[in-house]
Amino acid sequence: MAKVKVSKKSTRIDMTAMCDVAFLLLSFFIMSATAKQPEPHPVDTPNSTVIEKLPPEVAVITVGDGQAYFNIPGKEVRIETLKRISSEYNVAFTEEEYEAFGNLQGFGVPLNQLKGLLAMEASERNSDNIQKGIPFDTVNNQLGSWVKQAREANRAILDEKIASGEEVEEYKDLDIAIKGDAEEDYPTVKRVIDILQEQKKNRFFLVTGLRNEDF
Amino acid sequence: MAELNTGGDGGGKGGKVRSKKMNPAVDLTAMVDLAFLLITFFMLTTTLSKPQSMPLAMPDKDPKKDTPEDVLKIDESRLMTILIGKDNTLLWYVGKFGEYIVEPEQAEFGKDGIRQILLKQIARANAITAREGKPDEGLIVNIKASDKANYKNLVDILDEMAITHPQLYAIGDITDPEVELLQEKGLY
Repeated sequence: MAKVKVSKKSTRIDMTAMCDVAFLLLSFFIMSATAKQPEPHPVDTPNSTVIEKLPPEVAVITVGDGQAYFNIPGKEVRIETLKRISSEYNVAFTEEEYEAFGNLQGFGVPLNQLKGLLAMEASERNSDNIQKGIPFDTVNNQLGSWVKQAREANRAILDEKIASGEEVEEYKDLDIAIKGDAEEDYPTVKRVIDILQEQKKNRFFLVTGLRNEDF
Repeated sequence: MAELNTGGDGGGKGGKVRSKKMNPAVDLTAMVDLAFLLITFFMLTTTLSKPQSMPLAMPDKDPKKDTPEDVLKIDESRLMTILIGKDNTLLWYVGKFGEYIVEPEQAEFGKDGIRQILLKQIARANAITAREGKPDEGLIVNIKASDKANYKNLVDILDEMAITHPQLYAIGDITDPEVELLQEKGLY
């Protein structure tokens, strides 16, 4: 009797093509993406059709849930800003605190809590309920002071660079961008715009996402 | 195919030493696993698109003068005002408050709503200026957001400005009578 032979097929699959695709995707993501900066308060920005990149050196005021956060670009400018704030509000900072502030990416605490924030570990700073926003009402307008001192600090650094004969890419006032949450109430954003206008900063940027014209 | 040579191909006849044929295929499963793991990691830790920005220039604000009306004289037939109310609602009119050229009318956001109205008004304003011999001028839009509006509404309207290109647009402060007008229409 003839036996019916069951042909044994290998269960293995050729992985070469899959491997190629995986690495292609991997290289694409590595090349096209930029690292996410840790933020004290992530916001969902509204979308617009305007295609214009944000300038690389820009101070960002983040507005979300009625609170404001500030991010100053560049370590030198940050340290210089804190020095000016320290003399304006008569708060002394130690050398370590200046160094810690130089590495701080965006913050949102009133000045009297800044020392506490700087003493924390970098990983703890962005956890919930630690940063409650910089005060920016008319009575206690710390955000306005921060913006003003950052602009002056930026100019001072640029002047210094020119005096020492270094190449300066562009001599300009510090650019300010407002990164607001889409659901934020208009009066809050208006207050931030007013703060900028109080110091004659009439040109600034709104950070938005991208969409097409069919909305 | 990634399989191993079993070596059972009738070798060893005649006592000849044959070099074993190695299968050049390597098992890539582990490598694929690793690659996808890395992809997942990079997708989660990076932001793909750089945020876009919208440049905004506000009119110079002098705290000593708070009545811009007497400083700036503009043709009222070309002045369009857009009021933003609560829950993504809009109200627009042309002319001075109370002396409308086009009566206040409610509109929707988006390409079928305010954009068509803007395009129509821009065309109308351009016709007026062309007749008057000032082809450089056109529609002037004043955007006034009420306290019940949100930030997205403002960006949406600014975006419409970027799409339709009126001659000039500005963000102004809403006045009390205008708030009352919004209240009348149930938009505040």
